[in-house]
Amino acid sequence: MTSALSIRDMVVTYDEFAALDHVNFDIGTGESFGIVGESGSGKSTLLRAVSGLASFDQGTLSVNGRSYSGRKRDKEFYRTVQMVFQDPYGSLHPRQTVDRLLLEPLVIHGFTDIETRINRALDEVGLGSGFRFRYSHQLSGGQRQRIAIARALILEPKILLLDEPTSALDASIQAEILNLLEQARRDRNLTFVMVSHDLGVISHMCERLAVMKTGKVVETVPRKALENREFSAEYTRQLLVASEGFRRG
Amino acid sequence: MKPLLTVEDLRVTFPTRTGDVQAVRGVSFALGRERLGIVGESGSGKSQTGRAIMGLTPSHAKISARKLAFGDRNLLTMPARERRDLRGKQVAMILQDPKYSLNPVMTIGRQIVETLKTHEKISTSAAKARALAMLEAVQISDPKRVFSLYPHEVSGGMGQRAMIAMMLVCGPELLIADEPTSALDVTVQLEVLDILDKLVADRGMGLIFISHDLRLVSSFCDRVIVMYAGQIVEELPAANLADAQHPYTRGLLNCLPTIGSDRHPLPVLDRRPEWAL
Repeated sequence: MTSALSIRDMVVTYDEFAALDHVNFDIGTGESFGIVGESGSGKSTLLRAVSGLASFDQGTLSVNGRSYSGRKRDKEFYRTVQMVFQDPYGSLHPRQTVDRLLLEPLVIHGFTDIETRINRALDEVGLGSGFRFRYSHQLSGGQRQRIAIARALILEPKILLLDEPTSALDASIQAEILNLLEQARRDRNLTFVMVSHDLGVISHMCERLAVMKTGKVVETVPRKALENREFSAEYTRQLLVASEGFRRG
Repeated sequence: MKPLLTVEDLRVTFPTRTGDVQAVRGVSFALGRERLGIVGESGSGKSQTGRAIMGLTPSHAKISARKLAFGDRNLLTMPARERRDLRGKQVAMILQDPKYSLNPVMTIGRQIVETLKTHEKISTSAAKARALAMLEAVQISDPKRVFSLYPHEVSGGMGQRAMIAMMLVCGPELLIADEPTSALDVTVQLEVLDILDKLVADRGMGLIFISHDLRLVSSFCDRVIVMYAGQIVEELPAANLADAQHPYTRGLLNCLPTIGSDRHPLPVLDRRPEWAL
């Protein structure tokens, strides 16, 4: 298996605080990889460091064999790697129409068949061209997240970074978005790196998952191990118990 | 036994430029000293139901009901002054996010003391002792330190415990918890629920637990009301959740991904217009 994304000894510090502490990952092409952990565990920092939204101080990052450092990324990188954020209310420009939102990445990367691409992107996320000239405040949370996914997929990336893509949505809408993401992954043979605090979601979407705590990787286990409870770390067990709901003890 | 709270045909209407929007459309239930869960998705009217009982509905909204009573006291005709005395003393509410619901420019201790002094004739030192005891009851290990901290200086879980302490310090008979753990980490959620559960049981309070999480509510409450589009679509004992009849309840239960189940794609809710009639 060739690795699509390889992270070696990545360190991110804010002043004295180590948000990421020597993290190593190898994620294969076409794999769906999950990261779980509580807030402050560094799971979002990891995605931000990979995408270039935060710089990392030490370590190496290589994407499809090309290495990157700090915050600098070239256009080629953004053609390969795209990200979907947690809060659909905060990740779309409030004064731009859906058309304008989807146009921007196409213009930056010099695409010419803009019309067909925008229409296709909207169809693909199940919205249709009727949504093309709406503003984001005219859309529901689920519809906004669909637009955010369309915006990420419109450049035909190979790797999608998903930072809690459904945690701001209702359970019924969550199922729709998860199905949409799985469909997109199947159709385009995408590599997913998905961050969530919900073990149920991660075990549904990912073949392999890492458990993070205080900036370190506690352990990396395949999905099967979670089902059969074959893991070693106490923290993983705590998370699993928490995901099963309240028990009167 | 006389119910603690009686709600009959409660309606909450918001006038807008395009006509009236009914957020709550004819909700009825009676609550004894039990744990009642209200579940629904965003916009189902579950929070507005809780706010109407608490008297926190925005002033431009219209509330109507055949009956809305706390014990024998009619909440609909009660003067604002009496309502204020009731609120915090006998009916209390825990909100979703301690970051927004605590006063950012007052220490946690002062906020709890303020609640006590508003509702009881009590000396400052006695109020302080009660506040410290309450902080200890919500399992804060160093109550003295937390007493003098500002809300931004504590974590979300700690903030929510302080919120619970503040709401319970006057010994209310009815507690409304509106998504009390949604803003917290999964591991902290259970601790906070555990504390809430023990305090509610020890004090014999009535509890209305509002949440979007059907599984959580059913594991925490005795009885569950499921709301959709402002109406109650189903009411059932929490233990019999598996026997839910309404397609919306069944759909909600079904669409959650769980560990060990291999369902691709996940079943999605097929919303029918007749549910909202």
